[in-house]
Formats: sequence, structure tokens, C-alpha cells
Amino acid sequence: MDEFLIRALAAGCGIALLAGPLGSFIVWRRMAYFGDTLSHSALLGVTLGFLLGVNPMIGVMVVCVALALALVALQRRRTLAADTLLGILSHGSLSLGLVALAFLETLRVDLMAYLFGDILSVTVNDLVWIYSGGAVALTGLALLWRRLLAVTVDEDLARVEGMPVDALRLAFMLLIAMVIAIAMKIVGILLITSLLIIPAASARRFTRTPEQMAALASVFGVAAVVAGLLASLAWDLPGGPSVVVAAASLFLAGSLLPMRG
Amino acid sequence: MSTTHPHRHTHATPAPATPAPSGGTPPGDPLVWTENLSVRLGGRLVLSGITMAVQPGEVVTLIGPNGAGKTTLARAVLGLVRPSDGRVRRRPGLRVGYMPQRLTVDATLPLTVRRFLALWRPVTPERIAEALEEAGVTRLADAAVQTLSGGEMQRVLLARALLGDPQLLVLDEPDQAVDVHGQAELFARIEQVRRRHRCGVLLVSHDLHTVMARTDRVICLNGHVCCHGRPEDVSRHPEYHALFGRHAAELAVYLHHHDHAHDPDRGVVSGHDGDCCHG
Repeated sequence: MDEFLIRALAAGCGIALLAGPLGSFIVWRRMAYFGDTLSHSALLGVTLGFLLGVNPMIGVMVVCVALALALVALQRRRTLAADTLLGILSHGSLSLGLVALAFLETLRVDLMAYLFGDILSVTVNDLVWIYSGGAVALTGLALLWRRLLAVTVDEDLARVEGMPVDALRLAFMLLIAMVIAIAMKIVGILLITSLLIIPAASARRFTRTPEQMAALASVFGVAAVVAGLLASLAWDLPGGPSVVVAAASLFLAGSLLPMRG
Repeated sequence: MSTTHPHRHTHATPAPATPAPSGGTPPGDPLVWTENLSVRLGGRLVLSGITMAVQPGEVVTLIGPNGAGKTTLARAVLGLVRPSDGRVRRRPGLRVGYMPQRLTVDATLPLTVRRFLALWRPVTPERIAEALEEAGVTRLADAAVQTLSGGEMQRVLLARALLGDPQLLVLDEPDQAVDVHGQAELFARIEQVRRRHRCGVLLVSHDLHTVMARTDRVICLNGHVCCHGRPEDVSRHPEYHALFGRHAAELAVYLHHHDHAHDPDRGVVSGHDGDCCHG
């Protein structure tokens, strides 16, 4: 097997493992569009990273967190519905990222790679980022697991029990920002959310506990990555989209199976 | 207190619900109390000048029409809404068990009753079994929470509240989603719990008659405290009848002059100094 394929598989599987539990939370908390909005802002983060001479991943995290905070502040004012606000921020930040990128004439950036990912060009350095960042994110999620679940079930009850609800929500947004920063280069900012929510949605029907769903989502994600990459190699298809198509096919196949009691 | 009340009833004693000098602790050793509490929600004054307390082991019922601020008062006591004026005070380290009006878990989240109960604090499986037993829902331990009926969910929520070994139980219309038969059973269960744990209970209800026999004190709310006292006194009180418009025959006997009226914004139209009356 070619070395680039092994790196691509390692990178994709790492992200799929991470996306299982986090994506499950996005599904439970009905935050799919929120995840989409954050990932769309990632391009602006990349540009900012280049401008300031820091790692683009740091730039992405900073922009994602700033956007999440802006969204919370705007929602407090309650003048516009959440989906409208998300739409404005999502497309506004994506376009701002594209415009900012165009201003940086000296910078040669493969725009398509950022939008749709370039999984076949993964470097060893990328792998280090994925696995170390992924380990940090998963550890954080494991530590907050019970309380995040409680906040997801009912914020009022969590508050009465003395849980720091706002801090937990913020921590969750930070985790999503981390995943987006890590996965951006692999699947692209337009497709990240699909890798988060499709495997989790596919796993729902076959599980009875939150942990089972998170684990099965990881398994489905890994399966989609392997199938998508092999298909991409066999028929010379774009990597990121092939993985997403594989995940969607798995979802469809799962929906047709009879449900477990 | 108002001195303009022309006909004070014998059962109504002229003292505030809990006479609490501003800033001081009300008599007894209350679990939780409010001092001249006002709450604004979205610019609207929902509660004004509420002074009340819940003592250990006592059941205090909040009644009032829809929109009277019953749930808001309960939420203020729980610390879920911020007072715009006055304050809510609780005994330091008070353990509160909250049973919300309803709770729906998103269908995408696979969750059994057992697992639901384990989310709120670290608990042993034995404690969960105990709480399920006490709430009478042991058989539901492995059911998915989304499959429960309204009454079953209320009992599971009661079990959840018990896991925190509460000194104060706050129950927001626990009988809302429960049929008449289930209601009696649920209230009997709550009474049992109160005796065993010797906890105070703050109960929100839309109907005094279903909870009357199990209540020590009633506070009739309509944005402010309209009247309060023992349930049998409140049920005969003109303010109560003015709000609920029931039992017209009884009303005739107790007809008296009001020193104020309720306007559509639930404010008090003509001057008086807070509580209308109490028993």
C-alpha cells in the first residue's frame, strides 16, 4: 500500500474516532447548523493565521470561539430567530474569509483544499496534530461527559443541581472548534459537519445508551473513511466528498434495516 | 397592613404571610424565604412585592390563575430567574429537589430511566434502586425515557429529586400531565416522601381542591400575594373567589368590599400596601 494512502487512512480514522462522540452531542443538542456555521468561519481563521504568522489551526480556533461567543451574545437580544442569526454568521464569515484571502495576493493558498479537504496530501506533521489534538479533545469530553449529558437533557435541572451550565456550554463549543480546526485540512470546511452528524445519526437506531451511540458513531465514521478512501483511489474521485458519500450511504442502508427492540 | 379593609374576616389575621423585616430572617428556621421579591420578564412585571417562606416539613401551595406568576415564583426560589427587586434567601447549604412541570428528552438521545437518574450527581446503583422503589417505578428502570407516559415521567422525576436527599422539594404542577386516578396516587406518593424525608415542599398548583387536604399553607397569587393562610380559610376567601370565580353560593356569604381590583395587567389598581388579606 502506498505511504500516502496509509497516512490518509490514519488521518481519516483519527478524525472519525473523534467525530463519533462529539457528533453525537451535536445531534442530541440539535446543533448541526451551529457546527456548520462554526466550520464556515474556519476559512477566516486560516487567513488570520497566515496574516499573523501563526499556525492556521490556532487561527481557526480563535475565530470559531469568537463566533460562538458572538452568537451567544446575539441570541440574548432575542430580536432574530436562531436559524436566521446562524445563516447570517455562517455565510457572512465564509464570504469574509474568501474576500480576505483574495486580498492576500502574495499568499498562494489552495482554496479548493480548504473548502473540500485534501486527504491524500496528509503529512506526518498533520497526523501528529490530529492525534495529539484529538487526544486532548476526547479527554476533555470524557471528563465533562456526565455533566454535558445532564445539561443536554435539561438545563434548568442541571442549574438547580449546581452545575456551571454556561461554562459547560462554552467548553462544548471549544471542543467543536478544536475538531473543526483539526479536521479542516482533511475533509474541508464545507464537509466537516457531515462527518460529525451523519455517523451519529446512523448509530441512533441501533443503540440504547449514549455511550453505545457515541462508540457506534465512531465505528460508522471509520467505515465511511475506509470505504470512501478506497473508492476515491479506485475511481480517482475527490477524497473528502467520497468519504461523505460513503457515510450517507451507510446512513441510508441503516435506515432501511429493521430497528432493534 | 391595610387598615382600609372594611370587613376583616375572623379567620383572617392581620399579619403578613411571613412577617419578615427587610433584611432579617423570618421567624422559625425557614428553608427558603423571599423578601419583597419582584421579577420582571421581558419588561413585564410578573411578580411584585412577594414575601413568603417555607419552613422545614411544611407544605406550602402556590395557587393562582394562568399567568399569575406561580411558576416564576418557584423558579425564583430555585435561583433560575433573577429578582429585579428584593431577594431570595436560602438556608446555607440547602439541598433542593426540583420536579419540573414537564421534561421531554430529545428522541435522538438514547437514555434509559436508570441512566437518566445517574446523570445529576455521582450515585451508586443501590441508591438509584432505592429512589425508584420509593417513587414506585422500579419496573421502569430499563425503559427508554421517551416511552414513558406523563404520570410515569413525573414519578421518575420524583425519584430523581429524591437522589439528592432534599430538604426542600419544589414541585411545579406535578399533576399536569397525569389523569385523575394518577393524580391521587402521585400526591399520596409525595406525601409519603415528605413524611419519610421530613422535607419542606413548595407546590405549584392550578387547583386548590386537589391539593387542599395535603397542604399546610396556601398562597394565592396573582402577580402579588392575594391572600394566604390555611387551605380551608383561603378556599372561603373572597379574593380566592374573585380569582377563580367558583362556588358562587359561598361567595355571596363572604361578600365584602375590596380595597383594590385586579386590572388586566395583574397589577393592583387602587392603593393598598401589599397583601390583601390572609388567614
